[in-house]
Amino acid sequence: MMLNQFLILSAFLFCTGIYGVLARRNGVLVLMSVELMLNAVNINLVAFSAFRASVEGQVFALFVITIAAAEVGIGLAIVLLIYRNSRNSDLDNIDQLKG
Amino acid sequence: MLAEYNAVVPDVAFWIIAVAMGLAAIRVVTTKNIVHAALYLVVVLAGAAALYILLTAEFVGWVQVLVYIGAVVILFLFGIMLTRAPRTDTDLDNNQRWAAAIVALFFMGVLIVLLVDAFGAKHIVLDDNLQASGRLTADFVKHGHNGQVVRPTVGSAIFQQYVLPFEAISMLLLAALVGAVALARRD
Repeated sequence: MMLNQFLILSAFLFCTGIYGVLARRNGVLVLMSVELMLNAVNINLVAFSAFRASVEGQVFALFVITIAAAEVGIGLAIVLLIYRNSRNSDLDNIDQLKG
Repeated sequence: MLAEYNAVVPDVAFWIIAVAMGLAAIRVVTTKNIVHAALYLVVVLAGAAALYILLTAEFVGWVQVLVYIGAVVILFLFGIMLTRAPRTDTDLDNNQRWAAAIVALFFMGVLIVLLVDAFGAKHIVLDDNLQASGRLTADFVKHGHNGQVVRPTVGSAIFQQYVLPFEAISMLLLAALVGAVALARRD
């Protein structure tokens, strides 16, 4: 297997996540796109772990999975608060800090 | 024969998984139905788990299945349910869709050029037992009772060299969960 096939798949997932974060309006969908980007990072880490035949990449992939779980918990709590305060979870309406 | 088999099968499996993941990822960011987006995300996450197993990182693969598919997607579905997601007829995208697509495509192009330039000819070598072979990090190499090299396990790496980051990340997870409860609590 080439190393690059994993890296390019991961780059594709990352860019899909970028598109989702920029183009989606709903808070939950933005969080899903962030998950796509974190998974792209994890594929990179595990691919390099296999390439170098060392376990560090897998350890860091596990850490990233933990961080992602924490991030989704906090993120969904915030989206829930946004929904409670403005009766929808549309991130484009959250512009109270705009000058 | 067996060597050829081992050379071809991972590639075929990779391309099947990669195509499924790519299509599902595009559907996650373009579908009009928010519940379908969560279900397409499951396909992407399962594909990533399959890739980890293909790369002989079985533990990470199963953690991916348990944590992501088992917990994170369920959290997403709860989030969709609690925020009463809009129905199919409303537009889930904002009006900067084209700018976002241009940014993503530009970044994709830059990344592909860089990756092909940097890692164009590198191979991942997996031997007949589908164990990652090659250079082992000296710190983790141990020899078994009859002299064969015992593959370093993820567990010993986490609990020996990376035990401090592990504890820090445990505290982070605890703090994040308490914070999530504090944020979402009605008072």
